[in-house]
Amino acid sequence: MNASASQQSDTRHVGAMSIRVRSDLEIEMRRTFAFPRRLVFEAHSKPEYISRWWGPRGSELISCDMDFRPGGAWRFVVGKPGGQQYAFRGEYKEVVPPERLVYTFEFEGMPGSITVDAITFTEHEGHTTLTCVSRMDSIEARDAMLASGMEKGAAETYDRLEEMLGGISGNSE
Amino acid sequence: MTDQLSLTFAALADPTRRGILARLADGDATVNELAEPFDLTLPTVSKHLKVLQRAGLVTQTRKAQWRPCHLEPAPLKDVADWVDRYRRMWDSRFEQLDAFLVELARKETNDERQR
Repeated sequence: MNASASQQSDTRHVGAMSIRVRSDLEIEMRRTFAFPRRLVFEAHSKPEYISRWWGPRGSELISCDMDFRPGGAWRFVVGKPGGQQYAFRGEYKEVVPPERLVYTFEFEGMPGSITVDAITFTEHEGHTTLTCVSRMDSIEARDAMLASGMEKGAAETYDRLEEMLGGISGNSE
Repeated sequence: MTDQLSLTFAALADPTRRGILARLADGDATVNELAEPFDLTLPTVSKHLKVLQRAGLVTQTRKAQWRPCHLEPAPLKDVADWVDRYRRMWDSRFEQLDAFLVELARKETNDERQR
């Protein structure tokens, strides 16, 4: 773990996800796991591993094809037993074990809205912090995603204002 | 073309403006009341308010400084929805990954023992 990462005092505890908006197209998720990064990275590297954790709760990964190398394609189909199925696909851009993983992400139900997920794995005293910066490829793609089947959540905007906006650094890119 | 969400983000990029919004979340306030906790001059507050008004985040019944400013939550809801979508997806993913790592670590330990 480098010095700058250990200076970030807000997200050092294990088990809780932090999320912040980095710009109008980027969201950053961060989570610390009580395992070495070699293991956390490995969990991303094989279909038989991915299928154990990747889908939403209560769903199964019905199929999981992945060519885990730069330029390799991936396609996962998620569903509930006897229910609707959803397919996701993309391409691995960077595969640098056990440090970094970059891939494109596209929901087949909404073709053209492509996200690039850049995941970095940093280790400190046997714990691994996974940081994923998810970047929409355009404002149009982001707004299409927002407009599509977003549950009209009862998100209490006021309560979450500080949490949501704490990390906004402006349209830096 | 004006992109509403980007306009919202630009307005939110400033800590003083976020502070003003947080204050207005507690209730309407005049420009004077807004200036006080931030130790700002009235023209500075007015300048920030103009940005917030352009983004549709704040309305003021009239231009006069003693008219209270009001927080308009609608643009913030879009930001909240955007963040919430990611939160839901990644939270469940991380929880399941954590549970799987317990297994993966155990499996590796067993494999080493068998060697």
